[in-house]
Amino acid sequence: MRIELERRANPSLLFSVISPFLALALTVFAGGIMFALLGKDPVSALYSFFIEPLLDIWSLHEIAIKAAPLILIGAGLSVCYRSNNWNIGAEGQFIAGAIAGAIVPVVFHDWHSSLVLPLMLIFGMIGGALYAAIPAFLKAHMNTNEILTSLMLVYIAQLFLDWLVRGPWRSPDAYNFPVSRDFAPEAILPELVSSGRANLGFVFAVVAAVGLWIMMRYTLKGFEITVLGQSERAGRFAGFSSRRMIWFSMLLSGAFAGLAGISEVSGVIGKLQPVISPGYGFTAIIVAFLGRLNPLGIIAAGLFLALTYVGGEAVQLTLGVSDKVTRVFQGLLLFFVLSCDTLIQYKIRLVFSRFRQTTEGGAH
Amino acid sequence: MKKIILALTTSAAVLGFAAAASAQDKTKICFIYVGSKTDGGWTQAHDIGRQALQDHFGDKIETPFLENVPEGPDAERAIERMARSGCALVFTTSFGFMDATIKVAEKFPDVKFEHATGFKSAANVATYNARFYEGRYIQGVIAAKLSQKGLAGYIASFPIPEVVMGINSFVHGAQSVNPEFKVKVIWANTWFDPGKEADAAKALVDQGVDILTQHTDTTAPMQVASERGIKAFGQASDMIKAGPETQLTAIVDTWGAYYIKRTQAVLDGTWKSEQMWDGLKDGILTMAPYTNMPDDVKKLAEETEAKIRSGELHPFTGPIKKQDGSDWLADGAVSDDGTLLGMNFYIAGVDDQLPK
Repeated sequence: MRIELERRANPSLLFSVISPFLALALTVFAGGIMFALLGKDPVSALYSFFIEPLLDIWSLHEIAIKAAPLILIGAGLSVCYRSNNWNIGAEGQFIAGAIAGAIVPVVFHDWHSSLVLPLMLIFGMIGGALYAAIPAFLKAHMNTNEILTSLMLVYIAQLFLDWLVRGPWRSPDAYNFPVSRDFAPEAILPELVSSGRANLGFVFAVVAAVGLWIMMRYTLKGFEITVLGQSERAGRFAGFSSRRMIWFSMLLSGAFAGLAGISEVSGVIGKLQPVISPGYGFTAIIVAFLGRLNPLGIIAAGLFLALTYVGGEAVQLTLGVSDKVTRVFQGLLLFFVLSCDTLIQYKIRLVFSRFRQTTEGGAH
Repeated sequence: MKKIILALTTSAAVLGFAAAASAQDKTKICFIYVGSKTDGGWTQAHDIGRQALQDHFGDKIETPFLENVPEGPDAERAIERMARSGCALVFTTSFGFMDATIKVAEKFPDVKFEHATGFKSAANVATYNARFYEGRYIQGVIAAKLSQKGLAGYIASFPIPEVVMGINSFVHGAQSVNPEFKVKVIWANTWFDPGKEADAAKALVDQGVDILTQHTDTTAPMQVASERGIKAFGQASDMIKAGPETQLTAIVDTWGAYYIKRTQAVLDGTWKSEQMWDGLKDGILTMAPYTNMPDDVKKLAEETEAKIRSGELHPFTGPIKKQDGSDWLADGAVSDDGTLLGMNFYIAGVDDQLPK
């Protein structure tokens, strides 16, 4: 008996709907086996990993905090990926946005005004967009591979931030610790409700994702993105410019990542420090694909990945397992999502007959 | 004044009982680690302290912990999670948890917090630290005795007073033996990064140092020193396993006794916010066995240690000049703690500029 993957004539509608859920179920199942092997009760482990964080207002806030940058970046990336532009450098654009936005509260720290926060957010978007403009320019005019250029720019951004907070922007009152000044209260993104720490950044993320969804679904621009992504030649016949699309998608995703960066720095950290992101820009790539490059799906995917972070801490504390469990879960999830997506284009066929095997054998 | 203290302690006692009662039968004493509990250095030393605490009180307490908690927004969530889970006392064991600890402590006035190596405290936030510079001084004495070139390499983390103080103490100890002794410093800009620490160690060895010491958390520099055949000092934990032929001694953080004392105070309801800064004589740090050195050096090291323990010798005793040549301490003068805790300058003999 063999298992064969056979290409479907048409993509399966059924599997394109249920594949993420199937992946989720498999992840939970495999996770349960992992907990059992670790000698923990899988049911209670999975409960405190996936359910408990949803029962507390406090941890819902924490999930929203974690999800906001993932959704915002992931939504921007979906436009890139749909139009066949592979921006892998959202992490760098996140940092560039954070730095550009922080110019206002760090350099002009004596200026107190209600304009501070809006300016920061605008600067953040411009910073992220400008940083994404580099790979966009290189691709549009030099025909370089944007995967490489955008990825390498991440390290430049990280080291530039590192230099800034150790050098020119180092706070005079932090005992030489590499952090910038604390942002003044008017430079802090306000909290949403008083019951927890979640801030306006989550609203930005949801509004941006819904906005993109409307654009993708109801506007010519959305059509243009899809057409150019599927077939550049067909797009050209329709009068769409793939070069303009490079600029559009890269600047848009850069601006979104930049906004996420300044929101994180302003709303959660309250200052610049050498490391401001636990890899949001890269995790957002998982989020974008888990959400099937659909902005609404990305909201759900972002919330789910945020849950794995918060839940991972919960099991660490209640069961005393290693913090690596979170990473394992995220890896499992991506693995199962990608493999389940295979079922959209292919079907599994069990071959019982030995006929083809023997003919293959005879062909030697 | 006495009345106020009495009122404070009784209310603290009442709160203590309330906290103990709400946490079912076992009191929860919680720990937040910046690294992995098996890092072989800083965090492992805290975890050994935690185990000592657990063994001491047995079934009376639970000691949950979170490891690899990054300094930043995640720290605040991790600490808040601890506070919410019913911890009576939370030890936050890295400098970078300071602001997060203070923030969470404001929200949970009934939970007690102890922050290691910081400078901010509150009614329910105590700080604790060890006078590591005492051990550094002894290391300097040994280094000066053993170094052929009169040059040691120092892998430093961040230019905060704690670290600068250690470098100065090391140099001053070395200069008590060899006034011409010099030290080269590399800032790894991390507490915990085996790769970066190893790179820094290699760079220092390439620059010609023949003794290595570190103020970072992993055993990577010790391993590099072993490979290159020079001697080194361990940090935070006894690193003899990483360099059986290499380690001269190590400053071993022995937090266990402190953790037991403070937990007892919580159980008794007598816990108060304090700023603890103890040294060798209190057992908060100990020196790992003096190995891989001639007997006379070993004897000198032991004598120096004994003098520091007895209080006969303060590592920062003048005359000491600053790096720029200006006077700091006159002959026989001893530095006050305030200057040490805000230390932002090198003394003469350090071959480095503080990052500006």
